[in-house]
Amino acid sequence: MSDQQKGLQGPAPDERPHPEGRRNSQGIRIDPEVESEPERRRTVFSAIVEDEPGVLSRIAGLAARRQFNIESLTVGPTTVDGHSRITMVVEEPDPGIDQIEKQIAKLKPVISIGELDDDAVRTELVLLKVGGEEPDKVHAITEMYDGKTLDAGPETITVQLTGDERKIDDAVDAFRRFGIIEIARTGQTALAHGAKKTVPGEEPGTSGEPTKPTTNTQ
Amino acid sequence: MSERTAASTEPDTSSDDESTKTEVTSGATAVVRALENAGVETAFGVQGGAIMPIYDALYHSDIRHVTMAHEQGAAHAADAYGVVRGDPGVCLATSGPGATNLVTGIADANMDSDAMLALTGQVPSDMVGSDAFQETDTTGVTAPITKHNYFASSPDTVGDTVGEAFALAGTGRPGPTLVDLPKDTSLSETDREPGEAKPPETCRPRLDPDEAEVEAAARAIERAEKPVLLFGGGVVKANATAVARQFATEHQIPVVTTMPGIGTMPEDDELCLSWAGMHGTGYANMAITHTDCLIAVGTRFDDRLTGGIDTFAPEAEVVHIDIDPAEISKNIHADYPVVGDAGRALEAIDAAMEHSPEAPEWREQCLTWKDEYPMDYAAPDNEPLKPQFVVEALDEATPDETIVTSGVGQHQMWAAQYWTFREPRRWVSSHGLGTMGYGLPAAIGARLAADDDETVVCVDGDASFLMTIQELSVAVRENLDITIAILNNQYIGMVRQWQDAFFEGRRMAAGYEWCPQFDKLAEAFGARGWTVDSYEEVPDAIEEALAYDGPSVIDFHVDPAENVYPMVSSGAPNGKFALSEDQL
Repeated sequence: MSDQQKGLQGPAPDERPHPEGRRNSQGIRIDPEVESEPERRRTVFSAIVEDEPGVLSRIAGLAARRQFNIESLTVGPTTVDGHSRITMVVEEPDPGIDQIEKQIAKLKPVISIGELDDDAVRTELVLLKVGGEEPDKVHAITEMYDGKTLDAGPETITVQLTGDERKIDDAVDAFRRFGIIEIARTGQTALAHGAKKTVPGEEPGTSGEPTKPTTNTQ
Repeated sequence: MSERTAASTEPDTSSDDESTKTEVTSGATAVVRALENAGVETAFGVQGGAIMPIYDALYHSDIRHVTMAHEQGAAHAADAYGVVRGDPGVCLATSGPGATNLVTGIADANMDSDAMLALTGQVPSDMVGSDAFQETDTTGVTAPITKHNYFASSPDTVGDTVGEAFALAGTGRPGPTLVDLPKDTSLSETDREPGEAKPPETCRPRLDPDEAEVEAAARAIERAEKPVLLFGGGVVKANATAVARQFATEHQIPVVTTMPGIGTMPEDDELCLSWAGMHGTGYANMAITHTDCLIAVGTRFDDRLTGGIDTFAPEAEVVHIDIDPAEISKNIHADYPVVGDAGRALEAIDAAMEHSPEAPEWREQCLTWKDEYPMDYAAPDNEPLKPQFVVEALDEATPDETIVTSGVGQHQMWAAQYWTFREPRRWVSSHGLGTMGYGLPAAIGARLAADDDETVVCVDGDASFLMTIQELSVAVRENLDITIAILNNQYIGMVRQWQDAFFEGRRMAAGYEWCPQFDKLAEAFGARGWTVDSYEEVPDAIEEALAYDGPSVIDFHVDPAENVYPMVSSGAPNGKFALSEDQL
């Protein structure tokens, strides 16, 4: 037993040549001198999906289990019966953004998905309930942000504001002085700029005429 | 009952004959008719309340139903059946616990991209959501582990839904699908015959690769000086073995496989370096470490293959062929992605290549590594019995194209390392999910998928075997000729190996010294059993077990101290594989 071999024969790990090269956490080969990790960026996806039960939970579940960071998600009908548009704001480093698009594209109810360009039209709606002690000042700031007063009473005032994310953030800051009691934000929804299609292959439909799917997905 | 069994085991020569197919009168008969239309010959399952209408419809069908002891067994059997046959396997279970018992098997199929259709009973539609008896949100539970699942709400469309689910399971990158069948859908009347089974419009994969991608890949391969082909399970799924071998041989490129890719290249071929990864061969891991061009086909770069991402094939430009675009650059960045069918992509790249890579020195180097890092375990002339010896003895005693199933753990690694596979669909194992207990039900599925003259062996571990041992009753009832070889080391051996290596030898909850006498247990089930303690007993026991026409169990009492090597520690570079414990 004493001379019995333990394990296998061959040069030990330290006796073997090892290449210098390395990859980063995304599996990309890197120059060790300029080693860096990709930065997160925020982007908007628009997807046309079959309007069937559970479609939203399939997308939300996929994002959760693959640890995709979804900032907001909105859903609504399109010009085509039986199709819905889902608009999603995500924040990830770049290879992750690519993964989100490809993994969502694989879901059976997803007809087509595309990432919006920077020039896309984006907007969000927010409802703000603030204290009613200073109605004139609340009204002035609401005007300043092209907002609308939906409900006003001696104790509270509720206003509606729309706009891009930055405008909404600024407005919310401006209203803080009145004491924000409640807030409800829809999250962004968006369409591509000009004649550009928001989602690849998307065609306007007429009632009861589903468009043909155009993407090749799993 | 015996009459029915006899009739259903007759070879089916009339499956295309409309008159032998189920007449559609209800949702349940539409389901069965859809299965018949799809060419399903065998299904695995367990009865229960909500699935009873489907079973009632199967009563008159030519589909052979194999009752399993546990739904998990049904899923694994269907999975393995599909792997061996190349068509989706089918399993059935009732609602609630029946469906949740399938979950491990569905997850297993999902991780290994095995085509499988699961049909589950569900409480009646009007009771869904009321926490009814044996109600579980089956589509909710299985959404993350299926390609897609369906809730069949209408008897008129349920046949088409089942057809679509079956087709989808085998389309593109295969995987499991599930149809949840509320009892009222199954029982309600309909005469709507299911139409042609086709995958949904939104799931049509790209088969022919993009020309520009092919050109770029061809150029990268031509200029490689140290190319390696990495064949994954996708080569098997795409039935691209012949094309893949032709490509390797014509261009004289060394081949490494993944575990699911075992058999895509004959392991005794000079070009084949066997499989890479945590317990892969030293030479495969050296080739991966030093290649300058890794041509990966149908693999998802699992962490057990890659080791640490940062040191995986660190010098290589990566050509990645896959039918699933989401696998491209998911784990390892693909410098040259080629999305498409594995066979078509390899053919297109071959046609686009103007010359083979010039790599005579590299091939020599790979052969040198084969000599430097031989798979030779300790000489088998001392007791105790070495598990590797048992695997080699079984391989030697069985025909070349024997189907081998396994559980998960040390025995699985030894089987994969020391059995020489020469064809795909012969190594049937749980790779991605690592499901202990897969081996026996998989052997049942494989046995029913294989031709009668083929041999099926299950190499199992003591702990794995205990997890699904109840399925032995099925093998006995169906008189299935399966030889089960337990490499019994009285431990969850892989855990024990890790405890010794990484937890200072604290063997918490790893010991199985209380496990039963498997030969007696086998006899109690009605199978044959042997116990083998020494080298001398090995040949006779194997010979007798193989000769016995029915399920046989050999309990090999092997060296409990034996470890699996080579071993790449989790997250370590593949090239730093340890050959013994002191190198970990």
